[in-house]
Amino acid sequence: MAKVLVKGNEAIAQAAINAGCQCYFGYPITPQSEIGEYMGAHLPKMGRVFVTAESELASINMVIGAGTTGAKAMTSSSSCGIALMQESISAMCCAEVPGVIVSVMRGGPGLGNIAPAQADYFQALKGGGNGDYKTLVLSPSTVQEAIDLTYRAFYLALKYRNPVMLLADGILGQMMEPAEFGEYPYEDPDVSTWALDGANNREPRNIVSLHMPEGAMEERTNRLFEKYQAMQENETTYEDFMLKDAKLVITAFGTVGRVAKTAIKKAREAGMKVGLFRPITLFPFPDKALHDVAENADLILDLELNKGQMLLDVRSAVFGACPVEFYGRTAGGLLTPDSIYEKICELYKKIDNKIEAGVN
Amino acid sequence: MDMSVIVAGFGGQGALLAGIILCHAAVIEGKKTTWIPSYGAEMRGGAVNCAVNISDDEIGSPVIDKADFVIAMNDVSQIKFEDKVKNGGCMIINSSLSNIKPNRKDINYIEIPLNELAHKLTQPAFVNVIALGAFIEKTKVLKMESVISAMTEMAKTLSEKKRKLLPNNIESLKFGASFIKNPLPVS
Repeated sequence: MAKVLVKGNEAIAQAAINAGCQCYFGYPITPQSEIGEYMGAHLPKMGRVFVTAESELASINMVIGAGTTGAKAMTSSSSCGIALMQESISAMCCAEVPGVIVSVMRGGPGLGNIAPAQADYFQALKGGGNGDYKTLVLSPSTVQEAIDLTYRAFYLALKYRNPVMLLADGILGQMMEPAEFGEYPYEDPDVSTWALDGANNREPRNIVSLHMPEGAMEERTNRLFEKYQAMQENETTYEDFMLKDAKLVITAFGTVGRVAKTAIKKAREAGMKVGLFRPITLFPFPDKALHDVAENADLILDLELNKGQMLLDVRSAVFGACPVEFYGRTAGGLLTPDSIYEKICELYKKIDNKIEAGVN
Repeated sequence: MDMSVIVAGFGGQGALLAGIILCHAAVIEGKKTTWIPSYGAEMRGGAVNCAVNISDDEIGSPVIDKADFVIAMNDVSQIKFEDKVKNGGCMIINSSLSNIKPNRKDINYIEIPLNELAHKLTQPAFVNVIALGAFIEKTKVLKMESVISAMTEMAKTLSEKKRKLLPNNIESLKFGASFIKNPLPVS
């Protein structure tokens, strides 16, 4: 299939349709409104469900309703809209309801602004909802990867009966580049053992997030964490870009990763050994792989469009194997190839000085 | 080959569309390309721009620090983006809508009276496509035929009413190119 020129938001929407998304519920918000617009133009014609909900709270609860029947359901929003969904995301994790949530980040906190940012890493990964729970979070850096990860999000949601978040930012949502859709590459798991599809000739079922009997909630939580462990073992992915001999390793997720590549290529041309470690799954975070990389590096530079959020997971993974520095802009301030390159030069001098001084 | 270009103007001039046409043409030639708009509260009459990269290699940043080329279709864009042109780069100025003198000695300027040129053509004619024609002729970054193919393909997805304007677009494109080859005195 030939490559087509497509906008990030529209690519996500079309990929969701290809993945068999049966229902979309959403409320418009910049910079992701094209997702709802696209779904509205296509889903009804295909006999599928499209609802412009009255709020983000309603959207996510409609996803829960659809998800309990085993249907592939999705919502999308941005920062302050995703904030409203937190209670329901916690409920989905507890009740084991699958669903796909697309978060296209803008500037915050508060209503913030509509510029690109990555300041909702904590929101996506550490949750605003209550209790012990984890959301699978996938982070695309190109339009092609947005398509591939949308496919994967629908598959993983059903495989683990868990909400999956596609965490993008305003740059990816708004940009166009050539990409290929191909076909949905996964075989969907059987939902008939748990879905609420009418108790005709079988015992009734329920899917709830309230578990009152003594010990029941701890037992359930333990079981959920066995599932999260399985995700950690089976689903962790990251991109390795020129890491083999890298002394200075950049960590970055999403679009910052691709911007960093331009700076890294320039640094390589200038003889500096720089590479990129880009987590693709943010939960499960590739901490073992990052630790191994850190053991062979002199310095890690974490780059984010926020004040240092993934930084905590990076430090935790590195666990003292090498120093970690941070450089970020936020709320619409962008990291450009030039500014990253300058930072690389500044830090690389420190590494060279250390080597000359015989310090290891 | 790497080319970064910013197309800027006021909402309604077709700055975003000119960028998209360029990207489509790049895809036709099998090149890598990215397009990113200024987005959000833009409206008809407001300032609007898009950044386009075209390359044989993978494109890292869709956002442009300094552009090889800026097409400024009005005075506001000229002021805003003059500093965004790379040393040794080039800027198209729309002399129909700008009386502002160029400020930099280290870049090239091409003054084109886009609106006056448009009036010489079959109506409606398009300043964004005239500028695009000039850009292609000047840089040769893509083949003119690829841009025509791109516009032809894009027209297929439009309504009958808009599709009928394809010949006008092609005329505008060619006229922009011919202005570079042979600048006409505009009366």
